[in-house]
Amino acid sequence: MATYRASAGGQSYRFSGLSSLLAAASPRRSGDELASLAAQSDTERVAARYALADLPLASFLAENVVPYETDEVTRLIADTHDAEAFAPFSTMTVGGFRDWLLSFEADAHTLKAGARGFTPEMIAAVSKLMRNQDLIAVSRKCTVISTFRNTLGLQGRLGTRLQPNHPTDDLKGIAVAILDGLLNGAGDAVIGINPATDNMQNSARLIGMLDELRQAYRMPTQSCVLTHVTNTIRLIEMGAPVDLVFQSVAGSQTANEGFGINLSILKEAQEAALSLGRGTVGNDVMYFETGQGAALSANAHHGVDQQTMEARAYAVARHFQPLLVNTVVGFIGPEYLYDGKQIIRAGLEDLFCGKLLGLPMGCDACYTNHSEADQDDIDTLITLLTVAGVNFIITVPGSDDVMLSYQSASFEDLTFLRKNLGVRPAPEFETWLLEMDLIRLSGGRALPNYPRDRMLGMVDAVGLAS
Amino acid sequence: MSAPANLFGNLRTLTPSRVGVATADGTAPTRSVLDFQQAYALARDAIHEPLDAAGIARAVAPLPSRLVRSQTPDRGTYLRRPDLGRRLHAECLIDLPAIGCDVVFVVADGLSARAVEQHVAPVLKLAVERLEGWSVGPVVIASQARVAIGDEIGACLGAEFCVVLIGERPGLSVSDSLGVYITRKPAIGRMDSDRNCISNIHANGGLSHAQAAAKIAWLLKQARKIGQTGVTLKDEMVEGVIEHGAV
Repeated sequence: MATYRASAGGQSYRFSGLSSLLAAASPRRSGDELASLAAQSDTERVAARYALADLPLASFLAENVVPYETDEVTRLIADTHDAEAFAPFSTMTVGGFRDWLLSFEADAHTLKAGARGFTPEMIAAVSKLMRNQDLIAVSRKCTVISTFRNTLGLQGRLGTRLQPNHPTDDLKGIAVAILDGLLNGAGDAVIGINPATDNMQNSARLIGMLDELRQAYRMPTQSCVLTHVTNTIRLIEMGAPVDLVFQSVAGSQTANEGFGINLSILKEAQEAALSLGRGTVGNDVMYFETGQGAALSANAHHGVDQQTMEARAYAVARHFQPLLVNTVVGFIGPEYLYDGKQIIRAGLEDLFCGKLLGLPMGCDACYTNHSEADQDDIDTLITLLTVAGVNFIITVPGSDDVMLSYQSASFEDLTFLRKNLGVRPAPEFETWLLEMDLIRLSGGRALPNYPRDRMLGMVDAVGLAS
Repeated sequence: MSAPANLFGNLRTLTPSRVGVATADGTAPTRSVLDFQQAYALARDAIHEPLDAAGIARAVAPLPSRLVRSQTPDRGTYLRRPDLGRRLHAECLIDLPAIGCDVVFVVADGLSARAVEQHVAPVLKLAVERLEGWSVGPVVIASQARVAIGDEIGACLGAEFCVVLIGERPGLSVSDSLGVYITRKPAIGRMDSDRNCISNIHANGGLSHAQAAAKIAWLLKQARKIGQTGVTLKDEMVEGVIEHGAV
């Protein structure tokens, strides 16, 4: 294990191993403090950043932060590394890489070409040397397109998951929330329900309901019931109309075992969904969720800081060509991301790391009530994410998820972003919204139209008319 | 153009969600912004309410109970140090001798003492009624506790199954939601994938006490049959399609 040295403020510091160097260089984070990995002082933190800046990127190919022999995520990262794509970067230091990322030379094309040459650890490392502004500027340059029944990730577009959760999965209650979302033009990334229980019949019923609704209106979008991957495999076997396979993933084998999964289960699920051939524009069938702190909460972080572990989760995700990757950034609680400042920073880091690694990255800009965060922080984060070119965000009625008990962005927030930043829905979905008269284009802005007759008709059609 | 706010009138009764907020301009009106802030304030306050453990002990009588606490000294530490909330305070070990039992129910405050006070006693009573022939250990009431504290408690008592009833984190619509976690062969180090969860037990459109108790009993019996809890134990309870019901 290599030792790294640097001094700051007249004091010298040493860091043994890449993991401790990365952790010490990480912005202050309650999860790293919980794991006793964080820098002991601000001066030590900046010393670690000096050391990291001088480190050759190639060091990350020589030293694994989690052992190769015992961890299938490390093996996946190492065995799928594209040396040819890495060649142009092979003599850069981490600091030099940051400068290159911010240069004109780094554009959508060169970033895409490099993606398979970057490892999660390299990207996590460079993110620690970047200010929020840098993360936004580079994320914005990356375009990652994914397709199923529409095209997500195009420049100038912002997708949304319409999240219509209900505390007991009541079909009418869910239908009302979907209606609200559609009237506000949400739902192009996915209409996705977190079921209140993992009961199989219940999930089958929800999937059936979503599919009927989609077909009734010929909506160019996809649906998902976010249940465990093994349940989804069984639902596919039962003949349920499954569009997307959902699963939470993390950055180590043991953390994934904590989720009850491994790479071969994910592969099996992907193949099962592909066999249904339900995509029309494309066949990206996987939907992954991640979040900083997931590995630590399963005590499966191997002494690695939570932001680096999060980037490793993206290596798992990109192996399965996902349609959607969603970092649920403030969901896990204050023991990992303490306040609005940490949540905002983490959201931008995750977007940056995900996009650079070639993922169709979205973000659930959210917080729980025991975090030191509120809706103002979500306003800030969704604005920054949209400027940074996030593929999609999560939207729930009135920002309040009544099943999961946390707060995210609302449908009105989507209108705010469309109005003020000019982002539009996925093109196929936008065409549908226009045909349905649900939105109008005003000065290039897609704004809700709220056509009374159409709304009443939809109330009728989803079986809600009294 | 007509605001969803007008359209949604009666539809609002179908869900506790904040549907149909937008004005005709697609913005959230003042009233709804303030209502949201009020709900947020109530949820924040609920997190800090202490558990009346002695009151719970009285409420679950005649079932015998034991009062224990985690290694967490206060609420602020509880929020930042989940590891301490998962472990028993050393002085409590003496109250949990290895008696051996089929199932132990652990009541934990979690993030909502209010949820525990509202729902634990009736759920527990109904669940125990459905477990005829099972030996049930003393109810262990744990303060400043997280789910995994049940692993240590279950291991101390020598229970085959541990059922943790815990206050879920307060949301804006519900600040008294109870969650249940069932773990076979509880022991320190169990993973989330070893457990089965029942969530959203509350009166605002959540699971009723009777529904929750039935599901606990079904999962326990099924877990005993297959010798496992966690991701391999699928909830295939036929009545499991939950109806929208009051507690």
